[in-house]
Parts: sequence; C-alpha cells; structure tokens
Amino acid sequence: MRPSEIAAIVRLELALDLRQRAAWAGLLLYSVGACYIGFLALRTGTATPVWNALLWIILLFAAFNTLTRAFQREDAGRQLYLHTLADPRSVVIARTLYSMVLMLALALVTVAVYILLLGGHALREADVALFLLTVALGGTGFAAVLTLISAIAARAGNGVGLTAVLGLPLVLPLLLSALRASKLALDGIGLNITGTYLLWLLLIDVLTVALAYLLFPYLWRD
Amino acid sequence: MRHWWKALGIALLLAVVCFGLGVDLAPALVHVDRDRIAPGPVELRITTYRTTFSQAATPRVWISNDGQRVCADRVVVVDATHLTATVDVPAGLRADLTHLVVLPPDGDTLALLDAFWTEGRGAGITDRPCAPSTDHAQAPGFRFPNRSLLTESIRNLFFHVPMWFTMMLLMSISVVMSLRHLRSGSLDHDGAALAAVHVGLLFAVLGLITGSIWARVTWGGWWTSDTKLNGAAVTTLVYAAYLVLRGSVSDPHKAARLAAVYNIFAYVLMMVFLMVLPRLSDSLHPGNGGNPAFNQYDLDDRLRLVFYPAVLGWMLLGTWAWTLARRLDRLQRLHDHA
Repeated sequence: MRPSEIAAIVRLELALDLRQRAAWAGLLLYSVGACYIGFLALRTGTATPVWNALLWIILLFAAFNTLTRAFQREDAGRQLYLHTLADPRSVVIARTLYSMVLMLALALVTVAVYILLLGGHALREADVALFLLTVALGGTGFAAVLTLISAIAARAGNGVGLTAVLGLPLVLPLLLSALRASKLALDGIGLNITGTYLLWLLLIDVLTVALAYLLFPYLWRD
Repeated sequence: MRHWWKALGIALLLAVVCFGLGVDLAPALVHVDRDRIAPGPVELRITTYRTTFSQAATPRVWISNDGQRVCADRVVVVDATHLTATVDVPAGLRADLTHLVVLPPDGDTLALLDAFWTEGRGAGITDRPCAPSTDHAQAPGFRFPNRSLLTESIRNLFFHVPMWFTMMLLMSISVVMSLRHLRSGSLDHDGAALAAVHVGLLFAVLGLITGSIWARVTWGGWWTSDTKLNGAAVTTLVYAAYLVLRGSVSDPHKAARLAAVYNIFAYVLMMVFLMVLPRLSDSLHPGNGGNPAFNQYDLDDRLRLVFYPAVLGWMLLGTWAWTLARRLDRLQRLHDHA
C-alpha cells in the first residue's frame, strides 16, 4: 500500500465519474427531489425534531443511492486487471476515501437544498459549526460503512438489493448517534455534551476504515 | 466421561426449572387504599400477598415518618391477606412521605415505602412506638424477594437474561470461527460459524419472546421503544441479513468467505452499537437510564443462587446445540459430496 498508488486509484475513480456526468446529475436530482418531496409533505415551519429526522432520512437514502455504485460498475475483466496492478488494501482505502469525499460533498449540497426548501428556522438557535461537523462525520461514516458493504454485495453478484439488506442494520449506530448529535447541535447545545456523540461518530468512522483495510483482501481474492 | 458437561448443563437446567418455578415468593405488602394521610384518625385497608394472617395471629401495623413511628390503635384481620388498621395520625410529622409497615407475629417485616403523602407537616413528633419492637424479623426458609411490579414474574430472570448471554456467547463463537475460516479457508470452520449463528438466532428469538412477555407484565406493552429492545431487534436483523447473504451466493467457498467478512464487520459494529445505544436515551430496562440493573440490592443472594446456575446451564445447552448443528452441517456436506 503506497500513497502514490492510492492517489492513482482515486484519480481513476474521479476520471471515471467525470466521464459519466449523467450519474452525477442523477445523484443531485435525487437529493433535490427528496428535499422537494419533504417540502411538499411538510411545508415550511416544521418542528425541529421533524426537520432533523427528515434531513437524516434523506441523507441516509442519498448515501445508499450513491454508494451502492462503489464496486458495482466493475466487470470481471477490469477487476482482474486492477487486481494484477494494485494492492487490494490500496484499492479499498482509495475507494473508501473517494466515497467519503463524494458523500461529504453530496451531504453539504443536500443540506443546502433542504434549508432552501424547508426553511432554516431550525438553525436559529443552532450551533451551526457543530451541526455541519455532525453532517460531515455522519456522511463520511455512511460512506465508509457502505463502501465495504457494497464490496461484499458486489462480490455476491447481487448488488443493489443486497446492499440495502446488509447495510441498513449496520448504519443504525451511525444514524442514531448522528440524529442525536445533530438534534443537540440544532438546540444550540455546546461541544461539551454534543462532543460525546461526535466522538462516537468518529470512532465508528475510524473503526470501519480499519476493518475495511483488514478484511478487504479476503474479499478481493477469488 | 467426555460428555460430563452436557449432563451438567441438563442437571443445572432441571434444577433451575424446579427451584425457579417452585420456590415461593416472600410475602409482601401490595396495596393500601389511600395515598395521602392528614392529621386525625385514618382507616387503612391493606392488601398483602402470601401472608397468613388470622384472628389468632394479628400483625402489628405502624406508619413511619423520618424514623418516627406511630402505631395503629386497632388492627382487624379480614382474611389471610387483608387487614383494616386504624391509625391516629398526629399533626407535625416531618417528612413529605410516610412509610407503612406491617409486622406479622411470625415473619418478615412487610413495608410499603413512601406509601403516603403527608399533610399537616411540622417539626416532628414524639415517637410513639408499639411495645417491644423487633425491627428486622426474618422468617426462616428460602424464598425469592417480592418486588413491586415484578412480583411473580421475577422468575423470568432465570430464563430471559441467560438467553441473551447465551446468544452473545454463540455469536462470539461464530466470529472466532469466521476468523479461523479466513485464515484456513476450510469449509468446516465456516460451517461451524454458520451453525453458531443458527443456534444464536434461536436464542435471540427466545430472548425476544420471554422479554416481550415480561414487558407486557411489568411495563404494560408487548413492545416498547426501548434501547435494549432496539438493540436486540437490530442484532436479530443483522444475523438475518447474514443468512440472506449466504443464501444469495451459490458457490460455497465464495459464500463462506463473504459471510465470514460480513460476520466480523457486523460483530464489531454491533459491539459498538450495544455500547452506544444505552447512552443515547433513557430506558425502562434495568441497567439503563437511571434504572438499576439487578445489582447488589436488587439481585439478592437468593436470586443469585439460581441465576448463576441458570446462566451456566443455558450456555452449556447452547454450546451443545451448536456442536449438534455443526455435526449436522458436516454430515450435510459429506452427503452433498457423495
């Protein structure tokens, strides 16, 4: 596992994604569409707990939507080619990092659209920096967990359906911690209390990346 | 005697069933017909459980407020478990809440703590104890404690709690076997992991059922939105997903490897989840959100005497079931090869 190798794979991913503009548009459209449905269903002026819960549900499904692709678009031949070129650990670290960055961007865009449509009244008393930090940690956490799950599902040859079945129970610890942390941040409660939940989020993020690093070589081998 | 531990498990469980269901609960004071007292004579109708009052054996009754006592002037035994007591409540009791105490002539002191809201409070009274008072008389004999709300359902402790302990043991066995499979690539290790998940899920379902019944009895609902319950539900979901994953891959070696990776990943995240969850919200469940677990004053020695053997017995039974499931898996594989 060399940094240059990881960087090369990240560049490869980026190049592939840039070539498929339609996929990007699809992700964005999903976020905007989901926020708009939320707006139609609730209108503006919803209570903070509902505002918070709906935001995280949209983010969760945006993550599933985005990350089931992480290992899906690869046919057997190209995978074998990559296998001969790179260390599996570099592959999984690169893809996890790439998914995290992608999910981070998507989460921030989603939050922006969500606030635009459903109103920012929930943010009036909020600790905005903490709120954004929670969104960032939660989004990257979803990305880390779902990248490994997506790798398992892709190897099982039954991508999208299996990712949801395998992934949903495993993102629950993240989702619950993130919901709680973001609710606290929206209520304007400071780092001394919210910090515990953020630490849990960080712990899950780090743990997941470590596990992906350790376990992925076994998935890769055929 | 290679199989001594199986015999031990069965013997322990038989003993647990006999003692756990056979031993009586201690008598208790269940109900009193009023929840506040004011100065002046007050008639209290008291209901008890598993007592043997009679005209010949009239218990003594007193109320106790901040260590000061007032005895009942007159106690009438209605039947073995019902009393009527008349207390002349003085003005000037100190504390907000007053306890009610019943002392049968032959047995345990029965108390209903914080039974009454006290009106007409003041700076205290002169103590009026009833004749010679033996404070903590304890009847001989082995009986389980009688807790309010739990009452007879306290016996479920020997069945519900060990189910989860056994499930955790089996899931841990399963993870160890998955790790060994990743090292060795042997299908036998994978079969062992699968067998452990099967048996573990059986115990999880039993734990959910016994827990649900207990919740209905004590909390009034079959399912409550409670952290422990959600944790249990998610654990069950994760392992159900494990089985789905196995089912969706036809090549046994590939299925084994993918399942092992998922098993390890899921196990670690589950552990984190079970640690995070109780900190996220309050819970009715013992051990969470300010509710004591069955700790030193809750799980007393009489319960422990049956509880620990119960845990050991169920774990031995679970392990035995696992070895059987594993053998079945081996035979199945031999059969498939032949």
